[in-house]
Amino acid sequence: MENNETILKVKNIHKSFGDLEVLKGVSFEVKKGETICFIGPSGTGKSTLLRCINLLTQPDQGSVWLGDAEVTNSGKNINHFRQKIGMVFQNFFLFDHLTAIRNVEIALIKVRGMKPKEAREKALEELRQVGMEEWAEHYPAELSGGQAQRVSIARALAMDPDVILFDEPTSALDPELTREVLEVMKKLALAGMTMLVVTHEMGFACSVANRIMFMEHGEIKEQGSPEELMSDTKFERCKNFIGQFDQINGD
Amino acid sequence: MDFAAVITEWFPYLIGGIFATLGLVGSALLLGVLFGLPMAVGQVYGKRPIRFLIGIFVWFFRGLPVLVLLFLFYFGVFPGLGLEAPAFLVGATVLGLRGAAYQSQIFRGAIQSVSEGQMIAARSVGMTKLQSIRNVILPQAVRVALPGWSNEYPNILTDSSICYAIGVMELMTRTSQIVSQTYITMPIYLVCAGIFILLNYAGMKVLHMIEKKIKIPGFGTGAA
Amino acid sequence: MDQAEFLFQILLPVLMEGMIVTIKLIVFTAPFGLILGILVAVGRVYGSKPISLLCKGAVGFIKGTPLLLMLFILYFGLPSIGITLSAFVASLVGFIMCNGAYNSEYIRGAISSIKEGQIIAAQALGMTRMQAVRHIILPQALIRAIPGLSNEFIYLIKYSSLAYMLTVIELTGAGKMVATKYFEFTEVFMIVGIGYLILVTITTIAVMLIERKVAVPGMTQSGRNMLDIL
Repeated sequence: MENNETILKVKNIHKSFGDLEVLKGVSFEVKKGETICFIGPSGTGKSTLLRCINLLTQPDQGSVWLGDAEVTNSGKNINHFRQKIGMVFQNFFLFDHLTAIRNVEIALIKVRGMKPKEAREKALEELRQVGMEEWAEHYPAELSGGQAQRVSIARALAMDPDVILFDEPTSALDPELTREVLEVMKKLALAGMTMLVVTHEMGFACSVANRIMFMEHGEIKEQGSPEELMSDTKFERCKNFIGQFDQINGD
Repeated sequence: MDFAAVITEWFPYLIGGIFATLGLVGSALLLGVLFGLPMAVGQVYGKRPIRFLIGIFVWFFRGLPVLVLLFLFYFGVFPGLGLEAPAFLVGATVLGLRGAAYQSQIFRGAIQSVSEGQMIAARSVGMTKLQSIRNVILPQAVRVALPGWSNEYPNILTDSSICYAIGVMELMTRTSQIVSQTYITMPIYLVCAGIFILLNYAGMKVLHMIEKKIKIPGFGTGAA
Repeated sequence: MDQAEFLFQILLPVLMEGMIVTIKLIVFTAPFGLILGILVAVGRVYGSKPISLLCKGAVGFIKGTPLLLMLFILYFGLPSIGITLSAFVASLVGFIMCNGAYNSEYIRGAISSIKEGQIIAAQALGMTRMQAVRHIILPQALIRAIPGLSNEFIYLIKYSSLAYMLTVIELTGAGKMVATKYFEFTEVFMIVGIGYLILVTITTIAVMLIERKVAVPGMTQSGRNMLDIL
């Protein structure tokens, strides 16, 4: 697990929607097994940044590298990279017509070409990882938000990704349901999964992240380990931002 | 034979069929409202036997093909009653009763969608049940039903062509006559198709205009 | 000749033969109508601009033209450009076009009602757009389109009678022959009508059973709506 191999490189990403420049040249590198949390005010391009990494949104400029291979400009090959870069969405986006286990196995069968029996075993294993194996045969509409999000994490895990992108995974959830999802994510981080997490959960960020990136106005303004960010005086803006949350949360 | 000359020669005859076609469609829509609306009221508020009878009527006229209904009424029912009715009248009657069956279901849905609170409110100001239906429920229900009701028009228009089978002198019949007189097929069929598509388009425009005219804020896209 | 003899010895055997032709027309039309409906709907939503416009135009033409006229075009019109179809095949082609056009409208509506997140999630898993449409979007769209599609199937049962206008002796045609020969119009066409009501009713019940079978929690409405067709 202690490995200094760089697994993901993001270089100088720019993205505009119309006149609005959402990302103004974002660069960073991720080492294998790292958990990086992106925090900052809403509308500062955090989610867009994640979507630019697996090209769900095409960046205007800049490049993304997974290992030694370039993800940007990969043409039709992008689907290969998307298998290696898992993604978990704010609103889960589970496939409504499929049971939990079918949600997890469908890409294994249709994209990876795995045999149905093998895929089922693997899907069940992933559901077990997130504590959802008892709900395997239930449809998304029958699951709570927290359960649905755990299934969608299992769906991402099933592809054996090198890195998973979490786009505000708990923002649509009640506090109790948030906890069960964060626990699963914490477990994954400890098991050595490489994760990029856009979140407003400061407690999670401070206790799990190896690095925290504070984004504002389409740029990474400050970054460092949680300890550095909390103690060092040069991280004023970030601390102010976190301070707001502490006041709101009352802790 | 020169096709352009044929079209010019026969076009007035073909156009004459538009009146019969529109007559059939008009009576279907009119009878549809005249019978369909009371039927809908009966189905929502009527006593059990009334609801049952209306249900049978709707089931019968929606379940049978237009062609079978036309044959049944033209060769069977009308002569059986001792009526020597012209084909147009039979066609208009059949399309009208069928229209009533279909449209009653649109009105029924609309009545049910406005009924509950409005009925209680109307009764609470001292109206009788009948007064409430007439003054409060129906004016709203008709507006809710209008988009769905307009959508019946294209169906009735195309169905009216089946009256060809009993010899009503509408567009389809006249088209066939011209074809068998001139032995020109495709161009004449396509002209006929063009007229139907035009009638469809123009009719929908008119109905949408009416819809807009009687629209009240907060109403409009109620019933599908 | 008494009524019972007429009914059982003469009428019903002829009507049964006609019924078989009617069922053939329906059974041959329905699968192709469904496939055509899916292709046209996908073409309209996901096709390139020319394909989308072509599909839209074809659907508009077919929906705006009376089916009877379409059958005449196929049977009496096409020979003038060198294509001759038998009455049965011409009827089938006309029914498939009509059924397909209306089916495509229901499927297209269902496709556009599916939230965008579904296709995004599929792409994030590495599916191509085609795979996402095939494995994620279409199955959902078809489930949602079941009420509309079954309505169309019931229309098909009824308009299959128009094949008689091209001299195909199906249920209505068989009835017409007997009725004209024995001059028994009311009785014969009532029984023909009952034949159609039976087909429609069986279909309605079958649809309810199918709906219950493929029901997905949170996606399908209850089967109660289907009872309205009866």
